[in-house]
Amino acid sequence: MATDHARQTHSQVTPQDADRYNARFAVRATKSKSSAMRDLMALAERPEVISLAGGFPDTASFPPAVFAEVMKAVEEDHLASALQYGPTEGLRELREWIVTIMKHERATATADQIMITSGGQQGIDLSIRTFIDPGDVVIAEGPTYPGAVPPLTTYEADVVHIPMDDDGLQVELLEPALDRLVAEGKRVKLLYTIPNFHNPAGVTMSGERRERLVRIAHERELMIVEDNPYGQIRFDGEPLPSLYELDEGRGWVIYVSTFSKILAPGMRVGWVAAPEPVLRKMNLGKQSEDLCSGTLNQRFVLEYLRRYDWREHVTRVNELYRERREAMLTALAEEFPVSASWTRPRGGLFVWVTLPPYIDTQDLLAKALDRNVAFVPGGAAFLNGDGRNAMRLNYSAMPPHLISEGIARLGAVVREMTEFYEGIAGS
Amino acid sequence: MKVAVLKGGRSFEREVSLRSGTNVEAALRRLGHDVRPLDVDRDLVRTLRAERPDAAFIAMHGQGGEDGTVQELLEILGIPYTGSGVSASERAWDKVVAKAHFTAAGIPTPAFYAFSQAAFRELGAADALGEIEMRLGLPLVVKPARGGSALGIRLAHKPDEVPSALMAALAYDDRLLMERYAAGRELSVSVLGNGDAEALPVVEAIPLGREFYDFESRYTPGATDLRAPADLPPGVADEVVRIALDCYRALGCRGFGRIDMILDGDNQVWVLELNTIPGLTDTSALPRAAEAAGMSFDDLIARVLELAELGA
Repeated sequence: MATDHARQTHSQVTPQDADRYNARFAVRATKSKSSAMRDLMALAERPEVISLAGGFPDTASFPPAVFAEVMKAVEEDHLASALQYGPTEGLRELREWIVTIMKHERATATADQIMITSGGQQGIDLSIRTFIDPGDVVIAEGPTYPGAVPPLTTYEADVVHIPMDDDGLQVELLEPALDRLVAEGKRVKLLYTIPNFHNPAGVTMSGERRERLVRIAHERELMIVEDNPYGQIRFDGEPLPSLYELDEGRGWVIYVSTFSKILAPGMRVGWVAAPEPVLRKMNLGKQSEDLCSGTLNQRFVLEYLRRYDWREHVTRVNELYRERREAMLTALAEEFPVSASWTRPRGGLFVWVTLPPYIDTQDLLAKALDRNVAFVPGGAAFLNGDGRNAMRLNYSAMPPHLISEGIARLGAVVREMTEFYEGIAGS
Repeated sequence: MKVAVLKGGRSFEREVSLRSGTNVEAALRRLGHDVRPLDVDRDLVRTLRAERPDAAFIAMHGQGGEDGTVQELLEILGIPYTGSGVSASERAWDKVVAKAHFTAAGIPTPAFYAFSQAAFRELGAADALGEIEMRLGLPLVVKPARGGSALGIRLAHKPDEVPSALMAALAYDDRLLMERYAAGRELSVSVLGNGDAEALPVVEAIPLGREFYDFESRYTPGATDLRAPADLPPGVADEVVRIALDCYRALGCRGFGRIDMILDGDNQVWVLELNTIPGLTDTSALPRAAEAAGMSFDDLIARVLELAELGA
């Protein structure tokens, strides 16, 4: 082996060949840019850094014995099929389980309306891929899910942000925006929203706004993509009806969700529920992307659901996250200046902090990294350059004492910057 | 020859450095060297002692790699390294120090004032901002004294944009400079050599749709049109090269370096800075300059390695 390696041909490609590729890349491949923010974020991965930047669920709390038992069941009863290709839409029995899980989210679907995807991310990608031609408008919350930015950029969507408040997307601003866009001759194709425990905003859309949003969708014939990865990560209160439910089967809502938060993100098992003609197109899109989601992983999820009450793990992680959210909110109140404001999430994984407008959180990140603490600058959640004075903080991935320490370090940096600015601007 | 390629580290330019490092390693392998890539961390000295490389190729950018620190360690270990020695690195790394040397050598560099964060906190430097704005004019450039890749650099067009620009610069360093804005064409000259340094053809960076050659323009393929050699009026190219070589000598550089400057509307040259470890990424100016001189990337890397020396 070693000699084979030594004989390996060295790449003959040098920086001087860069233009050779640049001249050939598809337009869509050149849409994503290098950014200082992305480079700085890479530093957040160093072990000495307290990273409040990731969006990682806690996987350490998953019981090893349960994992072993489920894997054993897969091995003994389904090995050959788990190692084989599967149907593009996913294992039938798993889709039937998803029907039950969706009921807990106040969304009613049948197994035929569901397709398994490789994480919720593929559901987002397929929704955009299926509907968006270059220049078509996608309405998104401002801020929106940073992970939706790459597919929106790749498919060359014209993204229009609608601001949010504590009750989620400000639906009353939607109609004037739609009027304006139509007057400009734009084609508005999709509205992308995370109604529950928004990433990154940390807020939930009120029941009243949900009803109004679906009513607008019906009147204006607007497709909604309802992304609901965090619905089960709820610390108090009861679930509100999903947009999918409020649509009453009229076919204007695509529902996207995932096992990432209720089981484990490493499984990469998610799903979409969509009207049949849409699902057929998405199925073709998925065939092109990956034929089918990992059969072994689907089988693992299925055998887990058969043997255990899936709500037990959810309850376990929710207890963990509730405590961590408390640690974060307490530390923010103690450490951040009064000129800062933040959301108080009742579920999900994130707090969204807004700082005075003169602070650029990308610069702040550089200073924070010097003190070994990291976050996601708000600009990552916008496609129009907004959010520069905001930041996303994650509380699910760190134990409470590190959250407190991280927020203390961050608070010190923020205070230094605000005091400096006020000292100058005041003089 | 066993060559350690030092890259990464934890500077803000870590990712840029990793991209440079990858290109350098590939070239050194093609040249037949025994390559040891090292993402530098606290085990660096121990690793270098164990590996005992014949030379170190420093492909680090920013703090730690470009400021004389790693050079100092290599001096102690007795491992010849690429690029400038400790003192020249220190001089070039701090733009305030570099500009003082340029001025002393009669090299044109935009007028500036430099302040530490403490000057604002303890000495009320903010009260002098009005005068500074008057003397330098608006817009004015605010930049961290130390740092690369245009991180933390802001153009303040109006007096009320100055405070946030100062704050941005201070996020990257505790000292900043306010500089007269030299508007014009963004030129760079890469220089190779020790005593007998020679300049490569002048490169012009034309950032597309950006106010200046910022981070995104530098590292996004296609975001900047790099012209090598730059199309310059007769005589101007010679003048630009002469000034670049003066800069290189004024700071006592060796190995290689890249001088960034502005050519204004009157064909007057203004030197902004000298980089002792120029970028070697796919979008960097030095590989293009070499290409314009008929040097392949591997020739360039071979030459830089050949120039590796010891001596602070």
